[in-house]
Amino acid sequence: MSQSQPHIRRPRKVSWVSIWLQVLLLAIILAGFYVGGQNALENLQRQSIASGFGFWDRTAGFGITQHLIPYGESSTYGDAFWVALLNTLLVAILGIIGGSVGGVLIGLAAFSQNLLVRLLGRVYIEVIRNIPLLLQLFFWYFGVLRSLPSPRESYSLGGVIYLNIRGLSIPTYSFRGGGWSVPQLEGFNFTGGLVILPELVALVLTLSLYSAAFIGEIIRGGILAVSRGQWEAALALGLTRFQTLRLVVIPQARSVILPPLTSQYLNTTKNTSLAAAIAYPDLVLIFAGTVLMQTGQAVEVMLLTMAVYLGLSLLIALSLWLLQKRWATHDLG
Amino acid sequence: MPHSFFCFLVISLIFLATHGIAAPNTLEVVKKRGVLHCGVSQGLAGFSAPDSKNSWSGIDVDLCRAVAVAVLGDGTKVKYRPLSAKERFTALQTGEIDLLSRNTSWTLVRDASLGLDFPAVLYYDGQGFMVSKKAGVKAVTELAGATICTQTGTTTELNIADFFRAKNMKYKLVVFEKNDEVVAAYEAGRCDVLSADQSGLYASRTKLKQPADHMVLSEVISKEPLGPAVRHGDNQWADIVRWTLFALLEAEELGLTSQNIDGELKTSKNPGVRRFLGAEGEVGKDLGLRPDWALSIVKQVGSYGEVFERNLGEATPLKIARGMNALWNKGGLHYPMPVR
Repeated sequence: MSQSQPHIRRPRKVSWVSIWLQVLLLAIILAGFYVGGQNALENLQRQSIASGFGFWDRTAGFGITQHLIPYGESSTYGDAFWVALLNTLLVAILGIIGGSVGGVLIGLAAFSQNLLVRLLGRVYIEVIRNIPLLLQLFFWYFGVLRSLPSPRESYSLGGVIYLNIRGLSIPTYSFRGGGWSVPQLEGFNFTGGLVILPELVALVLTLSLYSAAFIGEIIRGGILAVSRGQWEAALALGLTRFQTLRLVVIPQARSVILPPLTSQYLNTTKNTSLAAAIAYPDLVLIFAGTVLMQTGQAVEVMLLTMAVYLGLSLLIALSLWLLQKRWATHDLG
Repeated sequence: MPHSFFCFLVISLIFLATHGIAAPNTLEVVKKRGVLHCGVSQGLAGFSAPDSKNSWSGIDVDLCRAVAVAVLGDGTKVKYRPLSAKERFTALQTGEIDLLSRNTSWTLVRDASLGLDFPAVLYYDGQGFMVSKKAGVKAVTELAGATICTQTGTTTELNIADFFRAKNMKYKLVVFEKNDEVVAAYEAGRCDVLSADQSGLYASRTKLKQPADHMVLSEVISKEPLGPAVRHGDNQWADIVRWTLFALLEAEELGLTSQNIDGELKTSKNPGVRRFLGAEGEVGKDLGLRPDWALSIVKQVGSYGEVFERNLGEATPLKIARGMNALWNKGGLHYPMPVR
């Protein structure tokens, strides 16, 4: 059984007039931004409000709990920016991976032959996507926090791994020193080893669970978009259900899945900014928060923060678009 | 989105920056409008907090009222604009508010680089620490290795970093955007210590389930002179705010209260009192205000002593002692300049 290709109308040939009109419009918009920028600069100077990125190389003077690159109180505001950006990226990447894995499971659950699995998948999607993300974040953060013990009463695994309200302390191996650093209780807290912050765990967990519900729906929709005849034909040829899914259905479904999946990944990336609510040191909390407050340079800091999120979003959109291009040429070949 | 108002402010700073700023004469603007736009906190007990009927109270709010009395003759003609720590300066810069009265520390960087002026100090504060009594900590120096919860948007993080670095003690900082989450995390045991301006610690303590189980350490690690801020360059407006604040203090120094002021006006022979209340001389006119400006302030708002006791004193849940905030002749730091 074959389905006729949907008839796609090609865009009409673009006339020169409309191109010129668009160039003109663009020029007007750019001129607007230029005038606005000049205006702002003048006004800031007249009011003797500092402007520019002169603060970038000044000492920041505050500490950050989680830094993937070396950072201390004597580091600069620029260093703080990079630390915060990396923390944001870490959560975004972990959240996207977690959400994708969960989403595939949830999406496939809808096609399970087991009624209970289908039902659970459905309930999961409806519950998760209908509760505001911030509430879920608070639920996991404060809910999990309250159930964990104080450092003195930590859960311990073999005396080297400790779990308490301050996080998960694990030993680390230093290649330079060639030795293990094992967490030890000293005064208020554990020292040594590496601490995985409860804020990081709560944030990644929430983002993963939340986007898994949406990705599950996207995948279910993509698979449903493949005509039933494809399943029947493949099964008739003697393929198993799994083989049918892998070899016949998914290659056709993926081009339907990719566009909404892209926007879901973008959402996850932007949602990382909720980190500020639960004290995870991300770009919004550290850069658009502490740095902004200490320097008072709202315009520069906010513009840069917005540019970062825009850049990240465009980067994700671009890479998924390239992937789609590749698949499209494969399908044709 | 909570950030949308802030984004609006930033954008208006870029594009519409001319509108509020091109009108440098705030006094005229406020008189014409008939209402004072006053920037306050989003809710800090004792300083500025709304009740269920959305009527505001607190020491910062009383300053807004006093300025409205001085300028408009009526302390109710104030529109309160709740602002986050992040939004406050931008709101003042863009002309969204006429006066910022939001437990804001007077510092060099703010004074010199943000286009602001700080007319005077309303409340002498300092950054301190609150701990659970169970922790057995008696002094700040015993906090080595502690995890500290605090709120972003102030000099708090910097003060902690400086203090611990100078003492060569380790610490971990957990920074939240909103105070409610700071308190919740502290209560859940995420951190050993809560750090903020001491006044804020007393206010936060009232929100805990068992306030009596927690104590504010007496030492402070910073100077936080909290006071109002106005736009840089409008000197007349800055003078009005400065002398309104001094009027509250001067009233206390002269022994005037909202209760006895009518009697004092009739009977007092003290030239200082008579000048202050507008019965002699023209101090009000020099400021561009009515002769009875100070009289109305004391009548409607009270003296600094009354304002303090009403909002922060022993009769309130905060129970803050006068301490540094007593008058200069009573062992404190408040020293109103002479009204003459």
